[in-house]
Amino acid sequence: MISRRNALIGVGALTLSGCDAVTRSPTVRKVLTLGEKATLTSQRLVTDRNALAPEFTRADLSPRFRVNGNSTATSAEYLRHAASNFTDWKLEIGGKVARPFSLSLAQLRAAPQRTQITRQDCVEGWSAIGEWTGVPLGLILRQAQVMASSQYIVFHCADDFSGVPYYESIDMIDALHPQTILAHTMNGQPLPIGHGAPIRLRVERALGYKQAKFVMRIEAVESLAGFHGGGGGFWEDRSGYQWFAGI
Amino acid sequence: MDVIASPVTLQAASEQAAETLVYRTRLPVRIWHWVNAVTIFALLMSGATIFNAHPRLYWGKYGANYDHAWLVIGKRAQEGFLRLGSFEIETTGYLGLTPYSTKAIPPLFTIPNYYSLAEGRQWHFFFAWALVISLTLFVIYSIFSKHLSRDLALKPQERKLAHLWHDIKDHARLRFPTGAAAKAYNPLQKIAYLGVIFVLIPLVVLTGMTMSPTLNAAFPWLLDIFGGRQSARSIHFLCAAGFCAFIFIHLLMVLLAGPFNELRSILTGWYRLPQPRKDSL
Repeated sequence: MISRRNALIGVGALTLSGCDAVTRSPTVRKVLTLGEKATLTSQRLVTDRNALAPEFTRADLSPRFRVNGNSTATSAEYLRHAASNFTDWKLEIGGKVARPFSLSLAQLRAAPQRTQITRQDCVEGWSAIGEWTGVPLGLILRQAQVMASSQYIVFHCADDFSGVPYYESIDMIDALHPQTILAHTMNGQPLPIGHGAPIRLRVERALGYKQAKFVMRIEAVESLAGFHGGGGGFWEDRSGYQWFAGI
Repeated sequence: MDVIASPVTLQAASEQAAETLVYRTRLPVRIWHWVNAVTIFALLMSGATIFNAHPRLYWGKYGANYDHAWLVIGKRAQEGFLRLGSFEIETTGYLGLTPYSTKAIPPLFTIPNYYSLAEGRQWHFFFAWALVISLTLFVIYSIFSKHLSRDLALKPQERKLAHLWHDIKDHARLRFPTGAAAKAYNPLQKIAYLGVIFVLIPLVVLTGMTMSPTLNAAFPWLLDIFGGRQSARSIHFLCAAGFCAFIFIHLLMVLLAGPFNELRSILTGWYRLPQPRKDSL
């Protein structure tokens, strides 16, 4: 005879496997992406292209800004650059641009700068406030003369997770936003390795996983389909995080 | 209330059969109730998945692992715990550490029933839209159909403290309205429903929006209202606790008031008026 306890466990297991079937169903997953599309469309509708993320004062700085993601890149090339303080390192700008070029860290420091104290929001829920100084990405893209057909900017990074390289991408609205900078300085100090030396992306209206660290190469592209998993970023490919990280 | 209702009830009881069915809940209200029920459960459970990614709550503009958290659910060695300020209780088997997971909230209460922050977020934002759209339609309907002014709004005499106190005492004694009085919502019920519709849901939506870095650029005043993103996150969580409390009391009241009759009413609209109690005759 089936005991009451076993029956309960059975019903529980059936319910759970039923839930499992629902959450793993491709149709359900497709329907759920409607929410993501609605969020992107409506957020872009109500947010002015140049509306600034809130900026804070030095008094608001997090006492300790936690390192997230990889705490360093491990390739031999990266470690060699790190050992020499990135003196002969160069950032490459290419893809769908009329004038591909590269910039040394000294050139990046000599270019027009923007300093901003902003809040970083991790997709997990925590927030930290830091001060970032860097070159507006828009300046670099204009100098490279990005072709009109370019839809996205892809950031290729030196770090990896078990051999899978980190990368991220943003659209042209975020790329040309005044607060979108390539930061080489954090809280008044050269960007520490834990936070992505020599430069990291700051795209202040998006969640933390968009703030690519250890950026080596910037590429203007027409489509994200050809890169890695095609999701437009490492976490998008690996875990299915939303490409639009506005919430 | 009994005094006012009694003559009507006595008349109704004498003239009609004992089983007086009345049409109490109109179709749009019933539809919204069930859409909302599914939506709130999906949001609570997918929200639990998101909370599990960082089960610590803070006050202020920022807050991460090195900062002081006012609420923490966690585990150490073979022990789960919940810490509220400096007060800590062991929750092994319930929160923080269970035979099924090492996450703060166990998989029985999360969507999906395994840990996936990305999927939890997809569910949460889909149903967040469902919540906003269905509430908007419901409020518009309620205004134009007079559901709001006739059924939900407190009548002038119900706004008196003495009247509310009387209603609280009746609830505490589990003496629910009978006869014609049972056709309408009672004052405490109205306050609970109005609180959910006009306070709890708007507050949970606004604090949710305050957590969006893009919307912070569009509506920076939201951060000022709630005292920063981490405060908004804490209030969002407290709203979720408020929904849990509402659901618990709501279901308890359904059970105490007669689950069959209450379910028939919210499914078909038809409700059998409870007969007056012997002692009130």
